[in-house]
Amino acid sequence: MAKIVTDVVCPFCGTLCDDLEVALSDDGKEILEVYNACAIGATKFLHSQASDRLTRPQKKQEDGSWKEVTYDEAADYTAKMLVDAKKPLMYGWSSTSCSAQGVGAEIGEEVGACMDNTATVCHGSTLIAVQDVGVPSATLGEIANRADRVVFWGCNPAHAHPRHMSRYSIFPRGFFTGKGSKSRQMIVVDPRNTDTAKMADVHLQLEQGHDYELLSAIRVAIRGEKLPDVVAGISKEQIYEVADTLKSGRFAVIFFGMGVTHSLGKNHNIDIAISVTRDLNDYTKAAIVPMRGHYNVTGSGQVWGWQFGFPFCLDLTRGFARYNPGDSSSNDLLVRDELDAVFVLGSDPGAHFPVRSVKKIAQLPSVCIDPHITPTSAVSKMHVPVAFVGVEVGGCAYRMDNVPIETKKVVEPPEGMLTDEEFLQLVLNRVRELKGAA
Amino acid sequence: MTDYLIKNGFVFDPVQGINGDKVDVAIKDGKIVDAGDVTNPTIIDATGMTVMAAAVDIHAHVAGPKVNMGRNFRPEDKLFNCTAGSGMKRMEGGFSVPTVLRTAYLYARMGFGFSMEAAMPPLYARHTHEEIRDTPIIDQGALPVFGNNWFVLEYLKENEIENTAAYIAWLLNQTKGFGVKCVNPGGTESWGWGLNCETVDDVVPYFDVTPRQIVSGLIEANEYLGLPHCMHVHGNSLGEPGNYGITLDTLKIAEGVKPQNDFGREVVLHNTHLQFHCYGGESYASKSFESKSKEVVNYINSVDNISYDLGVVTLDETTTMTADGPFEHHLSHMNNLKWANTDVELETGSGIVPFIYNPKTFIAGAQWAIGLECGLFIKDPMRAYITTDAPNAGPLCRYPRVYKWLMSAKARDDMLDNTLKYGDKIRERCYIGELDREISLYELAMMTRAGPAKTLGLSHMFGSLKPGLEGDVAVYPYNPETDTDDPEKIEYAFGNAAYLIKGGKLIVKEGEIVDMGNKRTFWVNAKVNENPMVERDISEKFRRYYTVTQNNYTVEGPHFVPNPYVIEVDATK
Amino acid sequence: MAAIQINLISGRTIQQGVAMESGKEKPAYRDACGILELDDAEFKRLGIFKNTNVRVSSEFGTVVVKAIGATQGPHPGLGWIPMGPWANALVDPNTYSTGMPTFKGTPVTVDVAENETVLDAIALITEECL
Repeated sequence: MAKIVTDVVCPFCGTLCDDLEVALSDDGKEILEVYNACAIGATKFLHSQASDRLTRPQKKQEDGSWKEVTYDEAADYTAKMLVDAKKPLMYGWSSTSCSAQGVGAEIGEEVGACMDNTATVCHGSTLIAVQDVGVPSATLGEIANRADRVVFWGCNPAHAHPRHMSRYSIFPRGFFTGKGSKSRQMIVVDPRNTDTAKMADVHLQLEQGHDYELLSAIRVAIRGEKLPDVVAGISKEQIYEVADTLKSGRFAVIFFGMGVTHSLGKNHNIDIAISVTRDLNDYTKAAIVPMRGHYNVTGSGQVWGWQFGFPFCLDLTRGFARYNPGDSSSNDLLVRDELDAVFVLGSDPGAHFPVRSVKKIAQLPSVCIDPHITPTSAVSKMHVPVAFVGVEVGGCAYRMDNVPIETKKVVEPPEGMLTDEEFLQLVLNRVRELKGAA
Repeated sequence: MTDYLIKNGFVFDPVQGINGDKVDVAIKDGKIVDAGDVTNPTIIDATGMTVMAAAVDIHAHVAGPKVNMGRNFRPEDKLFNCTAGSGMKRMEGGFSVPTVLRTAYLYARMGFGFSMEAAMPPLYARHTHEEIRDTPIIDQGALPVFGNNWFVLEYLKENEIENTAAYIAWLLNQTKGFGVKCVNPGGTESWGWGLNCETVDDVVPYFDVTPRQIVSGLIEANEYLGLPHCMHVHGNSLGEPGNYGITLDTLKIAEGVKPQNDFGREVVLHNTHLQFHCYGGESYASKSFESKSKEVVNYINSVDNISYDLGVVTLDETTTMTADGPFEHHLSHMNNLKWANTDVELETGSGIVPFIYNPKTFIAGAQWAIGLECGLFIKDPMRAYITTDAPNAGPLCRYPRVYKWLMSAKARDDMLDNTLKYGDKIRERCYIGELDREISLYELAMMTRAGPAKTLGLSHMFGSLKPGLEGDVAVYPYNPETDTDDPEKIEYAFGNAAYLIKGGKLIVKEGEIVDMGNKRTFWVNAKVNENPMVERDISEKFRRYYTVTQNNYTVEGPHFVPNPYVIEVDATK
Repeated sequence: MAAIQINLISGRTIQQGVAMESGKEKPAYRDACGILELDDAEFKRLGIFKNTNVRVSSEFGTVVVKAIGATQGPHPGLGWIPMGPWANALVDPNTYSTGMPTFKGTPVTVDVAENETVLDAIALITEECL
């Protein structure tokens, strides 16, 4: 008889499903089965127990081979690298707990680092836009209980947030939405005929990169003003119809993703999406929610917010916090050759930064803290594997709507492995020793 | 633990009737003791200085999701004011919404020992507690919001006080909350549909209950439980011209209700930031808008079971933030600045808008005047507390400036004559011109220490220098005999405590922060009789309408509340 | 051989997510992300069958991936490489002072590279960076 752990929180995406059930072996050591999770979440739990998993830090030798070292040695190397550097980058912070992020913030402050999280290649545009125009939003439960107009703009939850539609946005039978998906009009805006678009009542297959124009046209249509015949490849009749659909709802919500944040226009695309939402509030109720990617990228922005006042792109090198995306953002710092060390935790810039930036990481002293072997670990000088947060250690994480949920420990990590918070604490202590000695 | 003896200061402690006498104050093992009970104490020479119990803030927004949204969406609030760490201190930043570190250091420098976070959305309780945990030095608690909660709306529609009380007890335990906050009762739920409740008798859509029923029911449930703090209300139609009638309607709901508690609390209703609720007239224009502070405070003077805090406008650029979602939407249409909003499933909502209280406008000056009037019309200063509803009417760091205005008619006249563009018009439309009262240091101690401690149900710990209370003492570089010549000295002194002892630890020494203290999180654990119906309702709502499971709702564990101070309340009898 | 110009975008797929969590050093990750999805019309223009390796080049880099039929199409004029090191070998790193590289909407040239192999993630990044 397997042991079942309930109310398990999935540490994959910003949907942060908290209803997983995990079946363990009798001795509680092995994960046998994961219920309720999507394919990605289930894989994350099951793969954590892979037999070929790295369990000790390793340091790259001159010849490119790897040599096992102790956690203390790894912490010493990391601390020295950070203390010696004039302008180290401490990047990532999205696949870890808020308490680890808190310790990381103290290290960054001690050594005068540039600190950035994965928002910088994800919803950084959104954070900037929110600073420009604000953001009328709501928790995902508000949407489940009230929303009857649901827009997915430049996002594809069927693939990227697989349980989003069933838990929150399309299918749930909420308090005021008792008929589930039948209570809702679903609109998808995407240049591809995505699996999400295939489910929609209306799919606006716009020309890629013309989101600003189309959003602007919707604002015009909401106000009942005149439009040209075609905007961004969409006919004006269809734009008026969509505007009417949105205005006639009792509660409209726009979810948006990388389709808008990554395309030219960047934060301006989000500005105007937020402005559409603002405008709709003059007619009905409307909210807008970014589809945040990593399960705790949101938390990282929150922790830095209350400690430093800014959600990403922090430059602490002058002793106080500065914030200036374009200047203090990871990719710009890397490409401009401003950094002299790179520390990565809870993210994989090797896979997800433009290759020009990755090349720079490869040339610098670098430490990668990640349970997996990744392109980042491959180009780093030191790789420190740690326990999986949300599987082998608990900790707080913030959902895409900023709701904090505590992830659970389901099994023990392999013997002798540290959590990232424990490792960071070692580094922090060592940094303080080194600075005290200086 | 070091013993301390604070010698030769002018001591103000209304609880003991000490009014500027030179009395020695002694601290041993973290508590106040008789001066004779300390051996080999460290002596603090307070000659020529003012000594009071550490201050108690009954209402400020300093931790939690909307506060942090205020930080993150306003990088401009940190322009030119981020500072490096030094000594024990870490980096700081922010003016109207400071980082948690700056909040703590500010409170310490202003001589505070306790602060109540004024609105905690229950679903976001973990966030509030994470910020409180990272705010060193001061003790804090947080008030969960109840005024738009579906359980409360459903129970109070049927006037089910016992069920409401059982739910409140459950939620305080789940969220590690301190008491009952009620923001725009019914209005924020209506805002779920883009609507509002503008009077106490407007009906909440679908739930078919009125703000009057909500306020009345929450007061009753609060007294049924016997919580340390009373029901803490932000009424309907905040900030609207002509709203004073609605405020009086709200206050009158408490008529005849007697406090029931073991904490020495004498009021049953606390009306927060009264300034925003004392407006007459029909628009913000100077020919229509007028102050109704006298009418409202006179009513409060005529009863004995209501307290309030001022919410004084400090004429700064600040960041407004409240669980009153529809109000913030309305405000964003007035100033066309950025607007953030978050509606919270089954519970509440919130909005955030930057705001500039421009002294060159009539309305900002009138609001400034009304806030001060609320502090000057009070007969019993034990029931009127000085706040800026930080950061809504003004930033936290402006408290000392507000003291100056309250304590000096000269400082007020200077504002009306020289700083405010429409000073004469404001004298005409408000009562400020007819008030020459100056709050004394003794009264200040009531309005910032003894009073708020009593209404929070914490007078057995804070607000006085009586032996047995917490060793929380502030020493200000203000000589009440010689410094009365210049009101600026008041502002300087109360923003730059020479010493702060908190829980028996020396935190501020000669104006410098030297210790991060032993921060505690206060929460109230109310025991009620088993209530299967409420338990069933809770599990049902989680199963069907919440997006987190019931088990994942509970705030638990040392990383959220590492150093709790739990106040036990037994309502099973 | 023909070469065609298309507009490249990238993003998540569920296969990318699963493969990523199973280990980026594994062949499955390459199979999930070292691909280029094209409409049938583009295959015609290229004159190749589906499942042929192609070389994709932009102003910013070149990478070999396997061209497959669009799974979420048609999307005329667009090519799709799931997010990962293959797509990132090509994308425009310019942030235009926003901090955000221009990950979507990179003009690329596709030509046939039948005899070249699609590298796995580690080999690809090692070859490009070390």
